[in-house]
Amino acid sequence: MATQHSRSAARLMMAPAVILLLGWMLVPLIMTLMFSFKKYLPLRGGDLGWIGFDNYVRFVTSSAFWPSVVATLAIVGGVLAITVVFGVLLALLLNQPMWGQGIVRILVIAPFFVMPTVSALVWKNMFMDPVNGLFAHLWKFFGAAPIEWLSQASLQSIVMIVSWQWLPFATLILLTAIQSLDSEQLEAAEMDGAPPLKRFSYIILPHLGRAITVVVLIQTIFLLAVFAEIFVTTGGAFGTRTLTYLIYQRVLESQNVGLGSAGGVYAIILANIVAIFLMRAVGKNLDA
Amino acid sequence: MGQIKLNQVTKSFGDVEVIPPLDLTIEDGEFAVFVGPSGCGKSTLLRMIAGLEDLTSGSVEIDGTDATTTPPAKRGLAMVFQSYALYPHMSVRKNIAFPMRMAGVDQAEQDRRIKAAAEALNLTDYLDRRPGQLSGGQRQRVAIGRAIVREPSAFLFDEPLSNLDAALRVGMRLEICEMHDRLKTTMIYVTHDQVEAMTMADKIVVLQAGVIEQVGSPLELYHKPRNVFVAGFIGSPKMNLISGAEAEKHGARTIGIRPEHIDVTGDSGLWQGVVGVAEHLGSDTFFHIHNTGLAETITVRAPGEVSFDNGDVIHLSPRLDQLHRFDAQGLRIE
Repeated sequence: MATQHSRSAARLMMAPAVILLLGWMLVPLIMTLMFSFKKYLPLRGGDLGWIGFDNYVRFVTSSAFWPSVVATLAIVGGVLAITVVFGVLLALLLNQPMWGQGIVRILVIAPFFVMPTVSALVWKNMFMDPVNGLFAHLWKFFGAAPIEWLSQASLQSIVMIVSWQWLPFATLILLTAIQSLDSEQLEAAEMDGAPPLKRFSYIILPHLGRAITVVVLIQTIFLLAVFAEIFVTTGGAFGTRTLTYLIYQRVLESQNVGLGSAGGVYAIILANIVAIFLMRAVGKNLDA
Repeated sequence: MGQIKLNQVTKSFGDVEVIPPLDLTIEDGEFAVFVGPSGCGKSTLLRMIAGLEDLTSGSVEIDGTDATTTPPAKRGLAMVFQSYALYPHMSVRKNIAFPMRMAGVDQAEQDRRIKAAAEALNLTDYLDRRPGQLSGGQRQRVAIGRAIVREPSAFLFDEPLSNLDAALRVGMRLEICEMHDRLKTTMIYVTHDQVEAMTMADKIVVLQAGVIEQVGSPLELYHKPRNVFVAGFIGSPKMNLISGAEAEKHGARTIGIRPEHIDVTGDSGLWQGVVGVAEHLGSDTFFHIHNTGLAETITVRAPGEVSFDNGDVIHLSPRLDQLHRFDAQGLRIE
């Protein structure tokens, strides 16, 4: 019963949670904004006062800025493309009735449970190591010179590692979507004369539209902030310095909190631009 | 053309034989209805004709040519599904156009057929809507439209009306019958509702546990049910089936008398009983009668309004010329 009394009681009781959440979000945001307008060098004099937009100008005019934006978008785009395409294919495969289905499904999901740092280290040392890595052995077995993955194909390597981590997520969401497809629709299409490939493109793919949208949106949020995989593999070298990594370097390696905070504000802006593009492109799929 | 012939068709799922060997011929232009209780294999049989289920053995002939291994799309049959199976992301127009697009029919011909189908089915105003924006009856019509434009040699309907409310069902029933009269195409219709079967069919196929119990016109089935199952299944309310001493008197294991073939009076009759429930419909009155000395509750259908009420004593006179007699195997005794 939503009486005046119960409504104000509800407000009172929700207040602590709301205030906590607001504080959680607003305090860091406001501090970031504040620092971004200050010259703040913790080990070299501390707070040196307000400097207006200097940090913003310096961050953008740095030669590292645009390459970092490009690297960020390349990683996000590459991982999205790989996980969506292979996610759809794997989901189709796992939807087929087969022996040991339950175990296979758990195995497919497993990479998602491995911590990013660990999986990046495993990839770096076990697969991509140019001397002892499995890939090196494979290349040598065929008589080819081993690739130095993390220096010669650094961005691709990171895309590969991150895709491996996120493929289970995409597969899982797309699999549940495929399972919700009415089998009579596929039978109707079969009777209507659609061969398997056309059934896929006219019936299955549109049905998956909404799930693909969800996968793309959620993954983008997390992929914009990829950090651990870069930290333990290339350390930002060989063109793998993303915006997130650049901010980390500015704040911790250069000990320039003000400059890093300005970068953080740019990161928020970039995330919003990507979000707007995404919502324009795929958001209409979410309308019922 | 659309003659469909099943020769010694069987279907097993693993060790379970759903359909024992079965022969059936459906003539060109016929409206055949498969009817039976749920789980009797009627939908499986239809799906086997459509090609959506493989045959375990036997063969399917369409127009005299063996189509046992022909893929569904090449059989020239169109199917209307229980769930309608419309493509939710396509407009009504695109749904109806889909089979023609797959067959590569040219655009002008597509437009002509869509227009004709939409006019025949009252869908002209809805062509640009999505299926989600339509009512149940309209979706049903779109599904039928999608079948019509293929100009198939036979239509297959899998319980198409079971998701509609009662009033709409009667209306759609008429529309499908009129469509059959107009197109004169073979139609096979699966239902569990014997009223649909009786009103629509040229030929009813009564199935139970995958076995054909009887094939015949609606009135043949009504007047001369071949066995106890058909007798009990066809007709509403159900035929009274009486066994025991009363049946012995007529030289049968079981006798059957339809509710409409029993006259009721207040003073004298062959049987006497107490009205359990009287259902007054205006056009008819149904009595459920207990304590007749028979093991079974007797149902009577009296025309018009008859003023007996719950708890009244009533006398029943079955019309003995309308009595059905069945032997120990449940088969009809002529």
